[in-house]
Order: sequence, then structure tokens, then C-alpha cells
Amino acid sequence: MAKQRAAVLGTGQTHHRSKRTDVSMPGLLREAVDRAMVDADVGWSDIDAVVVGKAPDLFEGVMMPELFLADALGANGKPLLRVHTAGSVGGSTALVAASLVQSGVHRRVLTVAFEKQSESNAMWALSIRVPFTMPVGAGAGGYFAPHVRSYLRRSGAPEHVGAVVAAKDRRNGALNPHAHLRQSDITVDSVRASQMLWDPIRYDETCPSSDGACAMVIGDERAGDDSPAPAWIHATAMRTEPTTFAGRDQVNPQAGKDAATELWRQAGITDPLSQVDTAEIYVPFSWFEPMWLENLGFAADGEGWKLTEAGETALTGRLPVNPSGGVLSSNPIGASGMLRFSEAAKQVMGRAGDYQVDGARTALGHAYGGGSQYFSMWLVGAVKPT
Amino acid sequence: MPEQPLSAPLDIGFDYTRSVGPVLGRFMTALAQRRVLGVRGSDGRVHVPPVEYDPGTAEPLDELVDVAAEGTVVSWSWTADPLPGQPVQRPFAWALIRLDGADTALLHAVDTGGEPTSVRSGQRVRIRWADEPVGHIRDIAYFVPVTDPPADAAPTAPAPPAATSPEPGTGDDTASVDTVITPVHLNYTHSASLEESRYLRALADGRLLGQRCPACGKVYIPPRGACPTCGVPTTDEVELPDTGIVTTFCIVNVPFLGQRIKPPYVGAYILLDGADIPFLHLVLGCEVSEVRMGMRVRAAWKPRDEWSTTLENIAHFEPTGEADAPYASYAHHL
Ligand SMILES: [Zn+2]
Repeated sequence: MAKQRAAVLGTGQTHHRSKRTDVSMPGLLREAVDRAMVDADVGWSDIDAVVVGKAPDLFEGVMMPELFLADALGANGKPLLRVHTAGSVGGSTALVAASLVQSGVHRRVLTVAFEKQSESNAMWALSIRVPFTMPVGAGAGGYFAPHVRSYLRRSGAPEHVGAVVAAKDRRNGALNPHAHLRQSDITVDSVRASQMLWDPIRYDETCPSSDGACAMVIGDERAGDDSPAPAWIHATAMRTEPTTFAGRDQVNPQAGKDAATELWRQAGITDPLSQVDTAEIYVPFSWFEPMWLENLGFAADGEGWKLTEAGETALTGRLPVNPSGGVLSSNPIGASGMLRFSEAAKQVMGRAGDYQVDGARTALGHAYGGGSQYFSMWLVGAVKPT
Repeated sequence: MPEQPLSAPLDIGFDYTRSVGPVLGRFMTALAQRRVLGVRGSDGRVHVPPVEYDPGTAEPLDELVDVAAEGTVVSWSWTADPLPGQPVQRPFAWALIRLDGADTALLHAVDTGGEPTSVRSGQRVRIRWADEPVGHIRDIAYFVPVTDPPADAAPTAPAPPAATSPEPGTGDDTASVDTVITPVHLNYTHSASLEESRYLRALADGRLLGQRCPACGKVYIPPRGACPTCGVPTTDEVELPDTGIVTTFCIVNVPFLGQRIKPPYVGAYILLDGADIPFLHLVLGCEVSEVRMGMRVRAAWKPRDEWSTTLENIAHFEPTGEADAPYASYAHHL
């Protein structure tokens, strides 16, 4: 079944900070929404539907926040949907919004995702001790660290590669005026000297805790044609798998591989490393860059770290990864996936400012969530798909 | 009587903070001064409590106006048995109250001295202020009828945590409320599945009970009642030894809120001999730096008189001193 063509008409995001106590939750979202609508050159009457995403409710302690956000999102009298797929939610929210256009149901959809981490404590919320179990949970870092260790063992990657990722992403973040952490002086050595939090993950290899929001306006083909620099959506994919089952590959999950295979198939990509100009990949802990490079098919199994070590994922490399600074520089969890999707769009729109990848025509946006259970991704391009 | 699943309380709570933004911030600030503010919408209507964005046009609103501390009950519902934390701690009415000067109704409590026949729609009510307002909706302790209010003050829930302002304690009444604290407590009854309950009851006897999938033959511990891969019911029980290997692990060095074990500690995936899936547990009995992937371990059980229906009967796992398992033997469990 053929999809209608769709394009990103505009993007907007907040200045991400550890605490945005100057704004309410609705005010935080509106900061991103207003910027996206200006960028897309649309008014409220142009918006047909609103799709909002955020991470688990315990993260802010607001049940069904979409209900009290309706006024702020201009959603009264319009369809309003909320999407929830844990940390990948920003990506899957964008894909739900895109599908409402690709299906021909709506002409222009506003989509927004957010997190106000300062109102709660995600580490606490992710370590709730369920009766009858061992209280060994230690937040997201504690969950992912053993799987990072497995990757190190499996790939034989040298220990410093994680620090290479962290130093690169934080230096990229220093070029991004919206980034939470902007550390132009960080080095591989300083990352390696930082405290080991969840061995083998160090402090500087860990994402920050941020307040922030991201929004986009997605339009149909006619809206894209009328837009001066749209990001055309070439392919979208989402896949899911259970958190645990016997024989599950926790390092290189099947759901991620399947989603990537489908994405490249839809876009007619046969050699992702050569045919994709830049990628915004969900990397909350440094080692997930090489892990996802393999999962996405940019590198063979066990070889992803070689691209990183060789500098190929730096801003000037063959495949710049996270030129915006990525999740390691800003992590408003619910918004982090949408930030990856919108930063990919900004690259092909030519609107990435100081971290613009020269000549970027095709870009990947990627998100994952839960215990590496949810994967969502899109490929956007400067040229309308044929 | 058929076998019953095990249940236990799961109580969680957190004092969430809310940065209220410019509009609700002024509303809260005024409450601390025993004034009620509404906001004028694009159509001229006055919203109480104020809304930050216009419900019709979505435009930001900023024209705040004073309204009266007295108004009319639009509708109501009787609460015969107040819950802990509700504003009035004797039978009261939740009511939608339109304050004089407002066009929308505010939800709050009306105290009639516990008398349900003394509340009605159309009734005139007025605010009974809290003794020490702090910049919170609960500065309005409750409402009482203008005519024939109850003779005594209503018992009320403890005061909410104080709001914070940019310059706390300055006594400057222009200091605006920035953030309010919203404690949330959830009290669940967590129930284990029947299969997990059998496993937990076996743990109370010092036994480790798993289940084998009839289709793929994989052994799950804890048992799940169905195979997640094959989707078929699992009934075949398998008793497993308390020895196995560490597949992978992390060393937790970071302290955090609610943590139950003092860092540093090793959180490890333990694959019991004969099982096809690992579970998370602690490894002690050696330096954290000596823990290895593939290391052979044995359960260190707590004293028998401390056993109950929990995996915590095993205090931790400790090295057996045997040779490590070869990587190839557990690579497919990572
Ligand atoms: Zn099976």
C-alpha cells in the first residue's frame, strides 16, 4: 500500500537545562512548539491534529499529562493523541504524527515530546523495588552497563573507544546553542579520568538529566512543495521485542536489526555507510554508538568501534554521528528521541548552524527505549522521494 | 482450596516539585496574601483558577484580575468518608464553585459541619482561609455556606509542604511563588503469578524451581507460566541447583535515592546450571575487581530461620573457586 509523501516543515526545541523552573510544564512545551511553528511558517488554523509523547508518568508524577496540556498545544477541538514507548517515545511520536499525514488523514500535524526531569528523580523511578525480587536495580545505567560489558567482550573493542564517543559528542554539543552540556574542552583523557559510576560506564560517558522539549510540524506533499526547505520523509520503521527471553541478544537486539533492514529497504539503501550523510543515533551511554552502528548495519558485527576509533563518526568523518551533541549532551528523556529525528531533519534542511554537516542530503534519526525493546527510526532527505 | 497467588504491599511515594510558571505563580502568590486571581481570556471571560493558555485561541494569557472570596455552588457531590489528605476530614461536599467575578468554576471542598442536607446547587459560599497561607491552593482551607455556616472549624489534613519562591523568607510580598511541592503516594497490592508463587514458596523451602517449555525445551527461572518465544503454556517443573556462572555484570559505584545495598557492589546476571535465562543478583565473597564473566558461583543462603517467599533468601552469590566457564558456553546468553 503506497504511502502519501510527507515532509518536516519546521522544527523547534527548548534550551535544555538541568532545571527549567522559569516555566511550567505547558510553558516548556510551548517554547518548542512556538519555535517549530515559526520555523514551519504556520499558524494554529493550519494544524489539523496534535501528537504528544513523553516517557513514563512516574518520571513527573502526572497521570495523562496530555489532558491538561490540551490548551497549551492548541488541541481543543482537534484530535490529540499521546504516544508512549519509554525512551524511544520521541521517535515513535514523530512516526505516529508522520503516519497521520502519510495515510492521507491530515494535511499538517503538530508533534511535540518533552520531559521535565527536575520535577522528579528518574533514577528513583527506574529502581522501584517490586516485592519478592532482589533489590539490585540501579537505574538505566545499572541496567545497561552489563550489556556494555558484553559488547566489550564480544567485539574486543579497546577500552578507550567509549571515551572517544563521549569527548566527540560533548564537543559537538558545544557547537549547539540548545545543548544542556557544552564542553568544548573535554578530551578523551579527561573522560577516562572521570569517576566510574556503573563499571564499565564512567560519569562523562553518561547522559545528563535535562528539562526540555522538542516539536515539529509535519505536512503533506503540497505543504512540502510550498516549503522553502523541507525535510522529506523517505522511510520510517518501528519494531519491538520483549525485555527478556532465553537466548535474547541484549547487545544487538533483533528488533533493532529488523527495523533497520526495513528502513533501508523502504529507502532503497543498499550500503548505508556510503549512502547516508549523517546520523542522529540515540546514545545515552557512550558505548551505544558502536553498538548501534552495528545494529543499524553501518558496520559488521563487532566492527562498529573501528569506525568510531578511526574518527569516521566525528563531524568531519565519513558518517558524522550526533553532530548536535546527541543524548550525551542533552537528555530530556521523553524528548530525546524526537531531538534525534528533528536534528536529522535540520541537517537536510541546511539549518543546523555551527554543527551543519557539509552537503548533508540524507540523514538518519534513531531512538530506542525500555530495555532496548523499542526501536524507531526515520530517514529524511533534502530531495522529494520518487 | 485451590492454590492462591502470593501478594505483598508495594508502596511508593515521591515529593514531586512543580514549577508553576508565570500565570499560576501569580495565582499562588496572591493566595498567600488571601486574594484570589483569575485570568481574562481572549473572549473576555475570567477563568478561575487561571489558565496559562486560552482554551479557544491557544494564545498565552497574562491579564490577571481579582475576583471575590465568595461565590455560588454550580454543582456538588457528597463525600461521606473522606480519604487521608483530602481538605476536610469529616463528611463534606466536593463542589464546583463560581466565584463572583469569575466565569468558570473552581473545584474545592464545602464544609457544612458534616451535614449532607445543608449543601445545594445555587448556594452562596465563602472561603475559609488557612491559618498560615504559604502560596498553595490549600491556602483556601475549604468553603462554608454564607448563611448558617457550621459552628465549629472543620478538621483539616496536615498543611502541604511550603512552596518555594526565588527569594524565600524575605517577607517581601512581591516575591512570587516559583515552585510548589506535590507529594504523591501510591499504595498497590502486588500479586505474583501462580507460577511465580510456586517458585517463591519453593524458595521458602530453600529450593530453586523453574519451568521447562514443552516446545523449545528452554528452562526459565523464575517460571512465567508461558514461554515468551513459543507462546505455549509451561507446566513442566524443574528443580535447579544453586550453582551457576556470572554471564555479565556491572559494578555499581553510584549512590541513589531508595538504594537498598551500599555501593560499591556487583550486580550480576547469574545463569544457574541447567537454566536458559539468567537473573540479576549480588556477587560478594571476593574483591569487586576479581568478578569475571564466566566465573563459577554458588548461592550463599541466609540462615534458614530468615527464609520467606523471596529471592532475598539468597544473600548473595560467591565464587566456588572452580575454573571459569569458557566464553563459547555462555556467549548466546549475553
Ligand atoms: Zn518455548
